[in-house]
Amino acid sequence: MALDRATVERIAALARIEIAEEEQDALAAELGAILGWVETLNEVDTEDVAPMTSVGGHRLPWRGDEVDDGGYPDRILANAPDAAGAFFAVPKVVE
Amino acid sequence: MMRRLGLADIRAGLAGGAFSAVELVEDRLAALEAAGALNAVVTPMPDRALEAARAADRRRARGEPALPLDGAPVAVKDLFCTEGVRTTASSAMLEGFVPPYESTVTANLAAAGAALAAKTNLDEFAMGSSTATSHFGPAVNPWKAKGDARPRAPGGSSGGSAALVAASVVPAALGTDTGGSIRQPAAFCGVVGLKPTYGRCSRWGIVAFASSLDQAGPLTRSVRDAAVMLAAMAGHDPKDSTSAREPVPDFEAALGGGVRGLRIGVPREYRVDGMPDELDALWREGARWLEAAGADLVDISLPHTHYALPAYYIVAPAEASSNLARYDGVRYGLRASAGTIEEQYARTRRAGFGAEVRRRVLIGAYVLSAGYYDAYYTKAQRVRRLIARDFEQAFETVDAVLTPTAPTAAFPLGEKMDDPIAMYLNDVFTVPASLAGLPAVSLPAGLDGAGLPLGLQLIGRPFDEETVLRAAQVLEAAAGFDAEPEFVL
Repeated sequence: MALDRATVERIAALARIEIAEEEQDALAAELGAILGWVETLNEVDTEDVAPMTSVGGHRLPWRGDEVDDGGYPDRILANAPDAAGAFFAVPKVVE
Repeated sequence: MMRRLGLADIRAGLAGGAFSAVELVEDRLAALEAAGALNAVVTPMPDRALEAARAADRRRARGEPALPLDGAPVAVKDLFCTEGVRTTASSAMLEGFVPPYESTVTANLAAAGAALAAKTNLDEFAMGSSTATSHFGPAVNPWKAKGDARPRAPGGSSGGSAALVAASVVPAALGTDTGGSIRQPAAFCGVVGLKPTYGRCSRWGIVAFASSLDQAGPLTRSVRDAAVMLAAMAGHDPKDSTSAREPVPDFEAALGGGVRGLRIGVPREYRVDGMPDELDALWREGARWLEAAGADLVDISLPHTHYALPAYYIVAPAEASSNLARYDGVRYGLRASAGTIEEQYARTRRAGFGAEVRRRVLIGAYVLSAGYYDAYYTKAQRVRRLIARDFEQAFETVDAVLTPTAPTAAFPLGEKMDDPIAMYLNDVFTVPASLAGLPAVSLPAGLDGAGLPLGLQLIGRPFDEETVLRAAQVLEAAAGFDAEPEFVL
C-alpha cells in the first residue's frame, strides 16, 4: 500500500516529529511497505474474537489515593533543559 | 585470570577464600576496559562495582551469611535507570540524563550483593535486532565466522550485554525483551538468555518501549546462572501495576529435575521456508536429546504463528508512539531550541530520535489515528488473542515448546540495514511468546558450518519458568556447548 505525502505530513504532525521536505517520498515508501506487510492480518478471521488488551487476564490492582513520594523539585529539575524556580520552563505558550 | 567463572563458581570461590570480591571485581573491571573493541559498554560503573565488592568482603570478614550474588560483576543494559549514573537508552534524546532513582530490578540485584559494573550498548530505545541503531555505534559480536574477518552483529536489542557475557568479560548481564531482545542476541552470541513471564520482574525504572510486552531478564553462560539471576530479579513491586503477585519459587532448586515424563511440543509452523538446513537439523537433534532424556515429543500446531510478526509490528509501535511521547524536550534530555513550543517538540524529536525510532513512532501514530485505529490496532489485538489462544490450547497437551531461537546465525554488521522488514524477520520465532506473555529461554546448542553459534528456544506456561529451566538444563548437558568465541577476556 502506498502512502501519499499528505498522509506522511499528517502522521508526522500527530507524532510531533519534524520531517524535511526531501525526506517525505522515501518515508512514504518505507512506511507504505511496512503497512502493506502488516495488512496480511486481514487474512485472519477475527469475527467474534475480543481484542487482547492485557496479558494473562491481568486486572489492574486498586490502591489508596495517597501521595507516597515526591517533594524534591530540585532533584527532578536537575535534568531539565530549562527551569525557573521550582518549575520547568518552556517557550511562551499563552499570549 | 578469572575468566569463564560463572555465578556458582564465584559463590564457591568467595566461600573458600580463593579470591576476595574486590580482587574479582578489579579483575573484571580491567577486562571491561580491555573489551573496548566490542563497543559493548556505554558507561562503566567502576566506583559502584567496587563499593559493592567491598561491602561483600566486609560481610564475609564479619562472618555474616553471604548474599546470593555477593561480589558478582553484572553488566546492565543501558535501558535500566541507575541512580546517579547517566542512562541513555543508546539515544541522543537522553544524553545527559542522570536518573534520580534506581530501577527495581537493578535495586534487587544490588540488594542481592551484585557488583553492577557497566551500562551496556543497545539498539536505540531497544528498537532493533543488531545494536546498529545505537547512537553510540553498533556493539560487536565476539564470534567471527571461519575465514571471514567481517565483524558480526551481536543481535539486539540487548547486544552489548550478550557480547560481554559471551566474551567472558562478566558472568551475567541484564537485558530486556520486547519481541526477542534477550533471546535473539543470546543465540547470536552463544549464551543463555531468559525472558521471564510478563509480570515476573518489575518494569519500574526501565525506559519503556512497549509496555504490554517489555520484560527484564538475564543473559548468562549457563542455565543455572540464569536461574540464580532470575531469583534475585523477580518479585512483586507495588510501583509496577502489571507486576505479578505470584510467589517467586526457588528457581535453582527446580534444576536437575530432568524431563522424564514431560511432554515437549514441536510446532510445525516454525519450520519456515528458507530456514538453513543446519538449523533445522539442530532443532531435530534438540528434540532427540530431550527424547533420550525421557521426554515425550509431540508434534503440535500453533496455527496463527505466521501472523505474529505483523501483529507485533502494529502493537509494539503503537505502544512505543505513546510511551515515547514523553520525549518533548521539556523535562529531561535533549531540547532543540525554537520560537514556539510546538516547533520545539517537533525539532527536538527530529534531532533526538534516530531513523528506526522515528519510523516506529510514525507507524504507531498512524495505526492509532482516527479512522485507522480499528483496521490496524484493534485488528492486531484480536490476532494477538488468537496467538495467545494457540499456546493455551497447546499447553493443554504439552508442558513446553521447543523451537529454534533465530532464523539465522549472526550476520555481518551493516547487513539488513536498508530493509526494515528483513531486519524484523529476525524475531519471527521469538515474537509469538512475547505476544502471549510466556516465559522462554534461548540456549546455545551448537555451531554452524562457519563456526557461529545457533540457539534453541524453549517456551513454557505462564509463571512456569521452572519447567523451562529444567528442560533447558537437559538440552545444555546434551549439547555440551563449550566453544569459545574469537574474542574472549
